[in-house]
Amino acid sequence: MTTVLEVEDLWVKYFTLTGVVNAVSGVSFKLGRGEMLAVVGESGSGKSTLGYALLNMVPKPGRVVKGRVVLGDVDVLKLSPEELRRVRGSRISLVFQDPFTTLDPLRKIGDQFVEFLMEHGLDEASAYRTAREYTEAVGIPGRVLDSYPHQLSGGQKQRVAIAMAISLSPEVVVADEPTTALDVIVQRQIMDLIDEVKRKYKSSFILITHDLSLALERADTVMVMYGGYVMEMAGREEIAGRMLHPYTRALFESLPRLGQRTLPKSLPGNPPDLRNPPPGCVFHPRCPKATEECRRERPMLVEASRNHFVSCIHPG
Amino acid sequence: MELSVYLRNPYIAAGLAIIAVFLAFAALAEYIAPYSPVDSVAPPLQPPSPEHIMGTDNLGRDVFSRVVYGSRIVLAIVAMSIAFSGVVGSLLGLTSGYLGGLVDKVLSFVMDSLYAFPSLVLAIALSVALGPSPVNAAVAIAVVYIPTYFRMIRGQVLSVKNEGFIEQARVLGLPPSRILFKHIMPLVSGTLMVVFSMNSADAILTEAALSFIGLTVQPPTPDWGFDLYKGRGFILAGSWWLMAFPGLCITLLALGFALVSEGVSKITGAKLR
Repeated sequence: MTTVLEVEDLWVKYFTLTGVVNAVSGVSFKLGRGEMLAVVGESGSGKSTLGYALLNMVPKPGRVVKGRVVLGDVDVLKLSPEELRRVRGSRISLVFQDPFTTLDPLRKIGDQFVEFLMEHGLDEASAYRTAREYTEAVGIPGRVLDSYPHQLSGGQKQRVAIAMAISLSPEVVVADEPTTALDVIVQRQIMDLIDEVKRKYKSSFILITHDLSLALERADTVMVMYGGYVMEMAGREEIAGRMLHPYTRALFESLPRLGQRTLPKSLPGNPPDLRNPPPGCVFHPRCPKATEECRRERPMLVEASRNHFVSCIHPG
Repeated sequence: MELSVYLRNPYIAAGLAIIAVFLAFAALAEYIAPYSPVDSVAPPLQPPSPEHIMGTDNLGRDVFSRVVYGSRIVLAIVAMSIAFSGVVGSLLGLTSGYLGGLVDKVLSFVMDSLYAFPSLVLAIALSVALGPSPVNAAVAIAVVYIPTYFRMIRGQVLSVKNEGFIEQARVLGLPPSRILFKHIMPLVSGTLMVVFSMNSADAILTEAALSFIGLTVQPPTPDWGFDLYKGRGFILAGSWWLMAFPGLCITLLALGFALVSEGVSKITGAKLR
């Protein structure tokens, strides 16, 4: 499998007035062509910041302080603003969480779609053709291009957003909680669509989600983040069968299950304040297995078994 | 928004009617004015009469003809200054709001400093420094109003630029100029209309003040503000018409713009709230 995206030791910090927030700490991974990597974590785990960093658009006062994001042959973090602009949308694109705000309310869908394609070098005729083709590919009639955003439902808007994101065949599409703002039925349709797009166009997806069950259901590789660190990363089946990190397990146990008579287990406590992360393992204040050692030492991400990485002093 | 909504508003209709009269004066001065505005056509200081409906001045010139021709200067200066301040103020506001950071800080500081000056004093100081001429007067007035446009537009940009579709446009790799002019500008341009209507009446009065102290045109060019100034010497002699008619014109034109402004803010206010 060819690698399309390689992230190496990525560190992102927000330099706020009240202190430095360590949003992403030393994240590394590789993404193969046609693969889907799910980044799972709760709010404040750094997963969205990671997504922004992949497009080199971490909002101020944030900054990537270290690391490389290698997309094919280029390091996205080293591009000039103009080069970066060309890469965004054509080689790596992003689908946002909230489809209700991502389209310009004053302009027709088609105009926005065509404008985007023409900015990336297509002539008007082929831009129209491409826009129509991809709109239909995501299951919306082509005449929607003549509509204004308010005439579409949330699901349709998200389809349009996905159509735009994939229309220039980017190597990587980052989907930041693409289904969170939609109701469950539409959620499934959108995820099915992403699956289909992934197969048909061989695009690679990074699915950012807080929903471990969604990740286990759809992704090829699952990466669990907590407090800016990668806790565990493995193939879907591997991780589903053998969760090594107590946090992954806690996430999994918090899911409601069919036929279960008891309430799902909750994980007490809150995510750490990343301006002031706990010493040692970031998860130790909430970890049922924490020992004195966990408070002192920060565990490294190690390969516990083949392609199964975990950062825990007491895995298993 | 439909244009007819604006035109049907009584304030706007009345204001536009007044402005239209003066526009007609300016455009058709040759046909409307019965006499030359600069030549002596009658004995001096004649009170209003059927031949000279606004009387004649101390040099025997027809006051009505001067008033008609005088509308050209005031309208030209005001139009130039509004166009100039609108374009410069909103361009600076757009870039400042969009870029943020140091650029925004410096520009906002400069604009706030300008804004802190009493507007008339600043306009007078600038036009004295630039030298008396209609274009310089227009520039001076424009500089006074640039901060108003700047502040309104910048504020609007700040509230719009974090909208999802602006972020989306950046994600899709659209260039900043395109985002600014195609996506942000249409959303904030409504503000321009409001600021424009707020400022125009003020700009008329500022122009009249500059003319009054002789900073716009050279005699014998007809000009309301300057004629008002010259007429002041004859008021005690009973020649009230020398000041009354140019003064009335200034008041009426300012009223016209103020009425339009009132109407626009009533409509947009209702739509915004």
